[in-house]
Order: sequence, then structure tokens, then C-alpha cells
Amino acid sequence: MGGVSATHSAKERAVRHRMRRWSVRNARGLKKLYSAIEQILVWCHPLLRRIGFARLDKPFMKVESLTKGFLLDSQNCGQCIVGFTGLSCPMNCPKKMRNGPCGGVRPDGNCEVKPEMPCVWVLAWEGNQRLREEEIPLQVVQPPVDHQLIGRSAWLREVRILVEGDNRAV
Amino acid sequence: MQFEDEPLVPGDPLPIRPGHSSFGRFERVLRAGGFAVTAEIAPPDSANPAEVYERAALFDGYVDAMNATDGSGANCHMSSVGMCSLLCRRGYAMVMQVSARDRNRIAIQGDVLGAAAMGVASFLCLTGDGVDVGDHPQAKPVFDLDCMSMLSMIRRMRDESRFLSGRKLTEPPRVFIGAAANPFAPPLDYRPLRLAKKAAAGAQFVQTQYCFDIDAFGRYMAAVRDAGTHEKVFILAGAGPLASARSAEWIRSNVPGIHIPDAVIRRLKGAQNQQREGVNICIDMIHRIREIEGVRGVHIMAYRQEHRVAEIVERSGVLDGRRPWQPSVDWNSAAWDQGHAKAPGTPAGQPMDKAS
Repeated sequence: MGGVSATHSAKERAVRHRMRRWSVRNARGLKKLYSAIEQILVWCHPLLRRIGFARLDKPFMKVESLTKGFLLDSQNCGQCIVGFTGLSCPMNCPKKMRNGPCGGVRPDGNCEVKPEMPCVWVLAWEGNQRLREEEIPLQVVQPPVDHQLIGRSAWLREVRILVEGDNRAV
Repeated sequence: MQFEDEPLVPGDPLPIRPGHSSFGRFERVLRAGGFAVTAEIAPPDSANPAEVYERAALFDGYVDAMNATDGSGANCHMSSVGMCSLLCRRGYAMVMQVSARDRNRIAIQGDVLGAAAMGVASFLCLTGDGVDVGDHPQAKPVFDLDCMSMLSMIRRMRDESRFLSGRKLTEPPRVFIGAAANPFAPPLDYRPLRLAKKAAAGAQFVQTQYCFDIDAFGRYMAAVRDAGTHEKVFILAGAGPLASARSAEWIRSNVPGIHIPDAVIRRLKGAQNQQREGVNICIDMIHRIREIEGVRGVHIMAYRQEHRVAEIVERSGVLDGRRPWQPSVDWNSAAWDQGHAKAPGTPAGQPMDKAS
């Protein structure tokens, strides 16, 4: 499982922060990879549906938390928006902000609450610039977190929204 | 500023003018083109309403609206909904600050309806400081919403008459919605875009963090003007007096998000009376802020120096001879009590002085 908790040593945290930095620096490539995975899953939708989304949730979750946990320090909110945030997982923000930085960011670009951590949104802005998209994805207003989705597969949900058009799909 | 359609009973809503979204005086002042003055009122650590009235009276006739803070710095005080309810009923224009730190979407929507029913016409949506910096670091940080989702939620309540869940309201809250902005925190080149995003999410006014660094603020405003954001949202720049060079240094290293340039601290250090110099610096700041195109008012935060706000406003000449609304009744006089008891619903003595 991803996530920086108090139980992790300072050294382990530093490694995770370095990984987050690497991901936003490679935001363009990672976003492409993300879109490719999405496309493949969309093709597989009939198969996935036959197997059953409920049955697939746990194995998908395992894969997601391993890959996204390693690359992005994902917190498994089940409603991934890293495509909008320059590949910086917003759930690592201690204030759980999903729409941009608070006013407390330190002059060195680190977090107000966790001074040893680079601000999630300073990284997100860096990632956004690397995406070089015409419309800045960070400007899309994100709805509040749906707490019912936490810990479930974000990829399966995304595929169902894309194919079935149901934005309440869970 | 006294409007000709002021209600007979202070605290009753003003008629909503075409193109306005609230029944409040603050929105009217801004839309009328005045350079607005707001001030932060610190809630007491007390259940005594008299303490609230005393604090408000310090600003009588000098400010267009007061911001009631909501657990600022994550410290516990009287609630902003309590402060606003007490003061709105006396006719004051209030900006109710709402922090996402302490309450979830259920509580906040309930508070918006309750406060609007009590006469609160303006809301300031904030994410809030982390609990770690306050006096209850053991508390659970809620952060169910962020300032942006709170803005769009309240706008939806007002414009679509619906809760976030989609459930219908029988009467929407007629409110003017605002947000905060910090032009001085990283990522600096994103800050003007962040303001535009807040405007897109529903912010009609913003109040900024202290603008001690006027040059940096000028650069920020230039980017804001380039994007045309100053035409979508009323921008009130933050200002306030520093008590001394020592306190300025303390604030700079301990309060998140406040940027004080070295030049300001040097000026304080060089002064014979640092407190007076703090006021002088604040007045100079206001003069320079006024010259920046696109700024529509000033927000004065004078924590523990509230008694200096009147002097700052007076000496800065920021009101241009305009006199903001103030209660025309001496609330503490026996005449008020008697008159009020005799004729409920109408103020004692003469009605509001329309000429003032």
C-alpha cells in the first residue's frame, strides 16, 4: 500500500518523496501510459463485465496500489485525478486539497504541515507544465472526495464511466 | 454609506438589487464602485455577547463589513456563525468565514442556511490552517471539502437551490461568496491562475493575505489583469499594522503563508516608536495598494491592534470622505430598552439618519 505514515522512517519517506518528484518530472510519459492502460481496459470492458466488476475490484486494487503506490505514493482514494494534477497524488496533501495549493506553502516549496515534504501542489504545478497541454488540467474544478469510493479500484470506475456513461458507477 | 432603502429595523435584509446576489450592504458598496474597507474581528474566548459588541464598536463608521474568523490559526474561539448572528441582528454587514478544517459538507451546508436565515449575506470560503499549528493539535482534521469545492457548493445552493446531494431547498441562501488568496506563496507563477480558478468556482470577491511586499503584489496583479480576472472578482488587498520588528520576525517564521520583506523589518527596527511606525507602514501600504489597477478595496487584519483600525482608515483617507454604515442607536442606553419593549420590531427614537 502506498502512503507516508508516521511509522515510516525518515529515510523511507525521503525515498518516497524522491519517487514523487521523478513522477511529476515524467508526467508526460506517465500520462500517456495511463491513457494507454485506460484504452486497453475500455476494450476489455465486455470481458470485465462478464467476469463481474465486484469480483474484480480486489485484484485490480492490488495492482493499482502496487503500481500507483510505488510511482505516485497513491493513497487509493478510488477516484484518481492525477491526470489533472500533473501526476502528483493530491491525497498526500495533509489538508486533502484536490483543487490546488493552500496559502501556507513554505518559501522553499515545502508543506506547511509537514516541513520535510515537498508541497503536493508545487509538484503538481511542475507536472502540469511538463504536460504541455493547451488547457491547463489543474484549472478543472474537482468535486469533493466521495468517501464511499475510498479503497476501491479507480481504474474499473473510470472504465465504467467511459463506457457506461454513469458517473455514479461504483 | 447609508442606503435610501435601509430597513427600518436594523438587521432586516436590504432589498436585493437587480444583478446582485445578496441582500447585504457589502456587495452593494463594491458594486456601487466604492473602494471598500473590511476588517477582521477576532471572536472572544467567551460566551458573553457584550464582548462581541464591544469589539465591533471599535470599527463603527470605519468599515463596510467585518470578517468573523472561524477558528483562525486552528485556535478555538467563539464560532463565526455565532459572531455573525449577534452582529447581523444589529445591522452590521458581516462576512462569515467558513473553514473546511472543522466541519464536513453536512455541517457547512446547514450553517450556510442557518447563517443566511440570521442575516449573514457574505461568506468567505477557506480551507483553513492545519490543526497542528493551533491549540488543539490532537483534534481530527476534517477537510471533507476544500475552499474550491466549498465555493461551488454554496454557489449551487444559491443558484440552483439544491444541496450538494441534489436535494431541493425551499428557499435558497441569497449570499455573496468570497475566497482568500495568497499571492506570495509558491508556486508563485500559478497563483494568478489559482485566483481565476476560484472565480470560476464561484468566488465573487477575494481578500488577500497581507501585502507587505507591494512590488510582488504589483506583479501578481499585472498577471491577474492580463487574464481579465479582476473583472470577474472584486479583489480586496490585505493590510495590517505590525506591532514591532520582533513580532514581525516572529510572524514571518511562525505563521504560515505570511511574507514580510526585510526592508519592512529594517524600517521597523530603525524607528524610535516601532508601534507607531507599524501603523505608518500600514498606511503607506494602503496608499500604494490603492494605486494598483484592479484592486477594489482593502482588508485590514489588525489582530490585537483592533483599536488602531479607525486611525489607519482615517489617516489613510481610503474612504474618500465616505462614511460606512454604523448603528444609529445607542444600544446600551435605557431609552433603547424601553423603546424596544414598547414597540417591538421598530427601533426606539428616530429612524435611521438617512442624511448621514
